[in-house]
Amino acid sequence: MRGAEGKTALFEARGLRKAFPGVVANDDVSFSVGRGEIHALLGENGAGKSTLVKMIYGVQRPDEGEMLLEGRPFAPRRPGEARAAGIGMVFQHFSLFEALTVAENVSLGMNDAPPARALERRIREVSAAYGLPLEPGRHVGQLSVGERQRIEIVRALLQSPKLLIMDEPTSVLTPQEAETMFGTLRKLAAEGVSILYISHKLEEIRALCDGATILRGGKVTGRCDPRAETARGLAEMMIGRALAAPAVADWKPGAPKLSVEKLSVPGAPPFGVALKDLSFTLRAGDILGVAGVAGNGQDELVAVMSGETRAPSGAIRIGAQPIGHLGPDQRRARGLLVAPEERLGHAAAPDMSLVENAILTGRRRAGLAKQGFLRFGAARRFAEGVVSRYGVKTAGLDHAARSLSGGNLQKYVVGREIEQKPEVFVVAQPTWGVDAGAAEVIRGAIRDLAKNGAAVMVISQDLDELMELSTLLSVIAGGRLSFPIPTREVTVEQIGLLMGGGSAAEPVEIGLLHA
Amino acid sequence: MDLSALDPVKLALSLIIAATPLLFAALGELITEKSGVLNLGVEGMMIVGAIGGFATGLNTGSLALGVAAAAAAGMALAALFALMTQYLMSNQVATGLALTLFGLGVAALAGQDYAGKTLDVGGKLDIPGLTDLPVIGPLLFGHDALVYLSLLMAVAVWRFLTRSRAGLVLRAVGENHDAAHAIGYPVRLVRVGAILFGGAMAGIGGAYLALVQTPLWVEGMTAGRGWIALAIVVFAAWRPWRALLGAYLFGGVTIVQLNLQALGVAIQSQYLSMAPYLVTIIVLAIISADRARARLDAPACLGRPFHAAS
Repeated sequence: MRGAEGKTALFEARGLRKAFPGVVANDDVSFSVGRGEIHALLGENGAGKSTLVKMIYGVQRPDEGEMLLEGRPFAPRRPGEARAAGIGMVFQHFSLFEALTVAENVSLGMNDAPPARALERRIREVSAAYGLPLEPGRHVGQLSVGERQRIEIVRALLQSPKLLIMDEPTSVLTPQEAETMFGTLRKLAAEGVSILYISHKLEEIRALCDGATILRGGKVTGRCDPRAETARGLAEMMIGRALAAPAVADWKPGAPKLSVEKLSVPGAPPFGVALKDLSFTLRAGDILGVAGVAGNGQDELVAVMSGETRAPSGAIRIGAQPIGHLGPDQRRARGLLVAPEERLGHAAAPDMSLVENAILTGRRRAGLAKQGFLRFGAARRFAEGVVSRYGVKTAGLDHAARSLSGGNLQKYVVGREIEQKPEVFVVAQPTWGVDAGAAEVIRGAIRDLAKNGAAVMVISQDLDELMELSTLLSVIAGGRLSFPIPTREVTVEQIGLLMGGGSAAEPVEIGLLHA
Repeated sequence: MDLSALDPVKLALSLIIAATPLLFAALGELITEKSGVLNLGVEGMMIVGAIGGFATGLNTGSLALGVAAAAAAGMALAALFALMTQYLMSNQVATGLALTLFGLGVAALAGQDYAGKTLDVGGKLDIPGLTDLPVIGPLLFGHDALVYLSLLMAVAVWRFLTRSRAGLVLRAVGENHDAAHAIGYPVRLVRVGAILFGGAMAGIGGAYLALVQTPLWVEGMTAGRGWIALAIVVFAAWRPWRALLGAYLFGGVTIVQLNLQALGVAIQSQYLSMAPYLVTIIVLAIISADRARARLDAPACLGRPFHAAS
């Protein structure tokens, strides 16, 4: 595409290669971004997008290949050099400091920050000009995720970048917040700023981007104009094979398995979210998807379901049995299993082997201990079963959980719980960081579990996944859970409104819809 | 008990003398912790500073040289800590504890020939007319240079943290080292600098004990002051002004204890000697009870190792 329209590219990468011990993250990657172009970098988790971006931003240096900015060689050794050359970056996992103010955070990301007073004025100017309202004096810890992202964008804009890199910017936003951000990006592009937009969300790339480079396994596998492609076509380029349509869920709910009634939990200080008056019932065969923007009470919900946070005994029941006052181990004995989001240190003990990690949660239900003694033979067989059934890639069962890649450990911890045949299964972000094939295995196992009479609750920020997997959908916002409604009756717009906190009238409307 | 034997001016003077070494050490540790490093070796760095300062002071007769040597000795020990924790990635808590034990041992060895010797390097401010004023004379104008330096340092540390760019970077590194690294700040370098500053300040605090307060060398003469300095940092919620308050408060407890002993209060002296440490524990328990505040104030990366891999 380069030079095809007769205009010189603003940024060009030629044959970039970057290897880490054991893995080639980028191999012969070439692409170019035109002036004022919104260019998508598309690929699955682990396709090498983040490494590529880190090289452009000077966090890492390529082993081979070269980069050109405005036709001149460009090899930043530090982020400061990249910023000085006109590269702005909005990070996926925000590079923000919670205990500092908005202005201090902005100042830290600038090469030559003006004095505090002048900086606050400029923050106000830029945020007004691009519709990104921000209060410079507030502490970041008090802000919502959407507001935090605005800080990153404003910080990048204050340095008048030529190329703005956005790393998965919408993964933490509601659909409405994302639409607002798209408006900002289009305005910037119209002013001549080039944007490198990294995502694996196909619809937003089709709506926003002028060109796309597709990465798979560290290599460029395709270039296209996303506006001329279907989402399905883009997905197949990204995954490298044809997609199978998901099986239509055959949903016949049975007897109530889990009931939660008027459950309120105060939030842990200083930034925790309080759960307010949660009530719902899960029947056998239900898969309840809980959507919502991160930080709206998901962590607290998982903790109160697992028993890490205790509740009044009657507020949570399995069948008719009150279990709210019980801790995790006793809840496991009664059939409630939980796979939390944070894999290392919460779902698994990082320095213990896979066998030992199997014992940690499977001790009771999988019979891995007898009269206070561990049954290592049984534990090994159990762990082996999980590894083979879920396709966990590991050097051996005696290796520390830490040594597994994120996606593989995720398969292991989810599989470990499902193999214990829970009555009620609560899982947070079941396929986060897992490749497409393995994600399908995990989703299939969750479906089978529900089909065989368990009740499942899936907490995820991936709306597409929830729409595909769950039978019931509800949204958590500000610590409140909306009334669960059958997924096939929901529209993405409704969910988006609820994710943004919604209006008070919304639950009524949805209640009517349900009736 | 004869309370009239207590002279309020003398009491205040001895309070200042008791508080000054605590203030030095606490300010140093405050900066170290603000950068995200927990150095439990304050006691060790203080005692090394004490013997380094005392030996130099005795041999040269100069307060300034003694203080400089004390700072260097504290820094040398801190450099060891920085090497271990920032480059060899050893555990900060274990290394800090080892540093204290090591410092006590090294100081005892180096101080063998100095045991029981006294010195007088003077250094007290004496402004004719002003220092002779009743009450305010000795309170405001009659101290040694180090007392004024310690107060100056409290102001300087406060200005540095809240007003300077470097202070902002230091706080950022202590708050979220991954983010600081991603934006392009040298996390390790900042931390090493903060650790060295902490060492120098602890060394000066130790020198104050050996050169001014007593002034003689006794093995183990820091007697737990390093630990009190650590407690003051928590008590102060990592704020310089409250560290100043804390140092004078804890110093005050020590003085009251000594004076009660001198007055012959009918309590066994061991109970009185315990008092400052008991108060430390109680204050720490009260402060830590409020979890919300404790988490907001504490640097979020305190004690967490930083691997610059990604």
